[in-house]
Amino acid sequence: MTFLRLLFRNRLAGLGAVILGIIIILVTITPLLPLPDPNATATANRFLRPFSEGHLLGTDHLGRDILARLLYGTRISLAIGLVSAFFAALFGSAIGIIAGYFGGRIDNVIMRLIDMLMAFPYILLALAIVAALGPGLMNALIAVAAVNVPFFARNIRGITVSLAGREFIDAARLAGLGHTRIILSELLPNVLPVIVIGISTTVGWMILETAGLSFLGLGSQPPNADLGSMLGEARAALITAPHTSIIPGIMIFLIVMSINLLGDGVRDALDPRLKSGALTRPRATTRVDRKGPVPQADQKGLLNIQSLETQFHVGPRIYRAVNEVSLHVSAGECLGIIGESGSGKSVTALSVMGLVASPPGVITGGAVRYDGEDLLDASYERLRQKRGNNVAYIFQDPLATLHPLYKIGDQLVEAIQSHNNTSTKEARTKALELLKSVRIPNAPERLDNYPHEMSGGMRQRVGIAMALANDPEVIIADEPTTALDVTVQAQILTLLDDLRRERGLAIIFITHDFGVVAQLCDRVAVMYAGRIVEEGQTKAVLDAPAHPYTKRLIACVPELGGGRRELAAIPGLPPVVDRLPEGCAFAARCDKAQDACHRGYIPLNGHAPRAVRCLFPEEVV
Amino acid sequence: MPALKFTNLSKTFPRAKPLFGKARAGVRAVRPMSLTVETGETLGIVGESGCGKSTLARMLVGLLEPSSGQIEIAGKALDTADPAAFGRLIQYVFQDPISSLNPRKTIRQIMETPLKQLHGMDRAERSARIGKIFASVNLRKEFLDRYPHEFSGGQAQRIGIARALAAHPKIMVLDEPVSALDVSIQAQVLNLLADLKSKFDLTYLFISHDLAVVEAVSNRVIVLYFGAVVEIGKAEDIFNSPKHPYTQLLADSAPVVGRPLKAPEQKDSELPDPLNPPKGCAFAGRCIYASDLCRSTEPELRVMGENQLAACHHPI
Repeated sequence: MTFLRLLFRNRLAGLGAVILGIIIILVTITPLLPLPDPNATATANRFLRPFSEGHLLGTDHLGRDILARLLYGTRISLAIGLVSAFFAALFGSAIGIIAGYFGGRIDNVIMRLIDMLMAFPYILLALAIVAALGPGLMNALIAVAAVNVPFFARNIRGITVSLAGREFIDAARLAGLGHTRIILSELLPNVLPVIVIGISTTVGWMILETAGLSFLGLGSQPPNADLGSMLGEARAALITAPHTSIIPGIMIFLIVMSINLLGDGVRDALDPRLKSGALTRPRATTRVDRKGPVPQADQKGLLNIQSLETQFHVGPRIYRAVNEVSLHVSAGECLGIIGESGSGKSVTALSVMGLVASPPGVITGGAVRYDGEDLLDASYERLRQKRGNNVAYIFQDPLATLHPLYKIGDQLVEAIQSHNNTSTKEARTKALELLKSVRIPNAPERLDNYPHEMSGGMRQRVGIAMALANDPEVIIADEPTTALDVTVQAQILTLLDDLRRERGLAIIFITHDFGVVAQLCDRVAVMYAGRIVEEGQTKAVLDAPAHPYTKRLIACVPELGGGRRELAAIPGLPPVVDRLPEGCAFAARCDKAQDACHRGYIPLNGHAPRAVRCLFPEEVV
Repeated sequence: MPALKFTNLSKTFPRAKPLFGKARAGVRAVRPMSLTVETGETLGIVGESGCGKSTLARMLVGLLEPSSGQIEIAGKALDTADPAAFGRLIQYVFQDPISSLNPRKTIRQIMETPLKQLHGMDRAERSARIGKIFASVNLRKEFLDRYPHEFSGGQAQRIGIARALAAHPKIMVLDEPVSALDVSIQAQVLNLLADLKSKFDLTYLFISHDLAVVEAVSNRVIVLYFGAVVEIGKAEDIFNSPKHPYTQLLADSAPVVGRPLKAPEQKDSELPDPLNPPKGCAFAGRCIYASDLCRSTEPELRVMGENQLAACHHPI
């Protein structure tokens, strides 16, 4: 039912469904309607105009009733289109799945054959098939289906290749399934939506192709009518009796248009990416819609986040990703934000420069001050000047943030030139310096590498070089070493630490790893369910955690040198941020929780820089 | 009788033959290695990306045909890579819990497959066994009729473990089973694995890049580098008193609370190129102790100290 609701949210798809529905109802009840015999000729009455007595749409060159021929012809055209689409999908998908699943030589041979089929213009191919088999509706059907097999084969092969590499296929093999069963029970259900989408967007095209063959006299044979042959026969009288060609023409137009509109709707409703609103273009900056008063500026740090609130509005649901988060960082300082997935640490970081995708993201409160200026108030142009130039980001996966089709030198040059009016030559010199400053060996050669030619550690160095391109004062690093090996991680962390000391960079370092925080950060804030639950000097927080969550989270992490042991675990799951409980979000998992923890608002208390959001903290702060 | 024994197991991935010229040497993902895993043991396998640990694991469960060598599970030699033959004896738990579950099947359908295909159980037997396994991994029975996307990572990983258990294997290969999970969930899953091991008399091969986790769960640890075993030792010894400089490097690189930040090696060092492997010891290019001997002769695994083996000419 959600499918139908999604489908009809698209008005044009609804219109297509209504038109197609009327046509299908009409042709289904055609034999019951009081119509004259569509093949009964009456040459005396030829070329009667529409609305003549007894012939609502007039008659054709043999005096046959056009309405009757139109409805019977539509029946045939629709049936042929649907049947050929079905067979094209059946054979094409089977070929595609087999080629994609088995890969290697089988794939190669099959796909080269398909390529050869595709190299012929489709109408030539169809003509050749009909010429070989002889004219007739059945043969036209075969020709149209055959011509469309490559479309399905290629599409489905692509999908299958990506699915066949997924782990659940390996799991199915280990569960004892053979190839046939894997194809039928594991792959097919996942490919089916794509096949349906393929059919819905090609049926209209196949009806047109059938009509085309009939128009040339190779499809339906006289005296039977389909829409194409009606057009073909009326061609000679186009000037004298235009209605004989216009009427079937309009019918073809209506059918194909309605099927295509409906098909687009079906595709949008079935495609999970489009379902989640990926079609709506995100705005250039996050929408800011502050409900309460803007916090007064306080002279804390270079970058000062004050009571930030960011939410995601998805339909009727509101996800409170970031609630009342206040953080600041000064030049040369490193602030760590630690938290699990869904704790709001990344959204906090992205909110700073208005990078949260909007819709659905909305900043609903607080202020982000850079050197005293409120960035949430800033225009897009102003924000764009500051992005990269004053505040730069380093992300977790450099393979995803570097453009795969450009050499890294060119990407660095572009980053430099977007803020500085320098010549390409100067920018290239600067790019080379940057690569050297992040200690990439053979920097001059590396400038001409593509991202995929580098190892993960080297790519992350390029990511850091990009962030440094315009000498920013603040760097926000979102789990920059999570995807890297430990030995490489150690190299990247020392690099960041050196850069901070050499250049006086302020770093906000987001991670889930206490070891990393302990080694790199001066201060740390712990986030849980969108709020800061504890903050302070790193050593103070790690040595004597005050919030039960921090304490137990630290206990969960095994430390090297501890030997074989039972690990402490926190039972339960973090709350979902669209249904945050009242009181403390951790209370449900906390063994110290009392009634008071489930009620009201719990403030962040303590003497700066130390603070904890707990009624019964482990330590007094 | 050892639970698992493999001798001279290796995998070389062939490279496409160029149109002109002679065929090139393949990429040696796993160099010939031999090992015995005792029943009831947890063997930790550590190493960085590209060291061959996943290739090794995929050969051991029959998903990948070895280029050479024999695999023996519970005294039974398994010659051909047939996941169905391996599946009754050895099962695999995948790193990414969500992607290892078919998005279009209910959990019940996923759980039933191995019972039906590997053990030919009828409906009543299957239902009883699934109920028992679900209880032992702390999952509620009503989850059975849901689809994978409705679960959190930790729950999905329990389901993955339950599916592996359903096949009633003797050995489980755990390929980074907790690295996709949050810290607070990791410990839940690791403790569950420990319970299951004693309950079902399992033997574990635990693959991870996280040394602390491996140390916490394993009896014995092997360290892989560039497709070869460089060190084998007891979990409590191997990181405290490593013999191979690479193990030392790994242990020193792990970020630990209370240890100052320093990169324990040259900042520009890189892994050797698998398409153009170095002669001699693969680690020599990154090693501070490397001598001419290391650059010319590949070291063999030798016994060093108590129950510890290392492949090094100049052990620490």
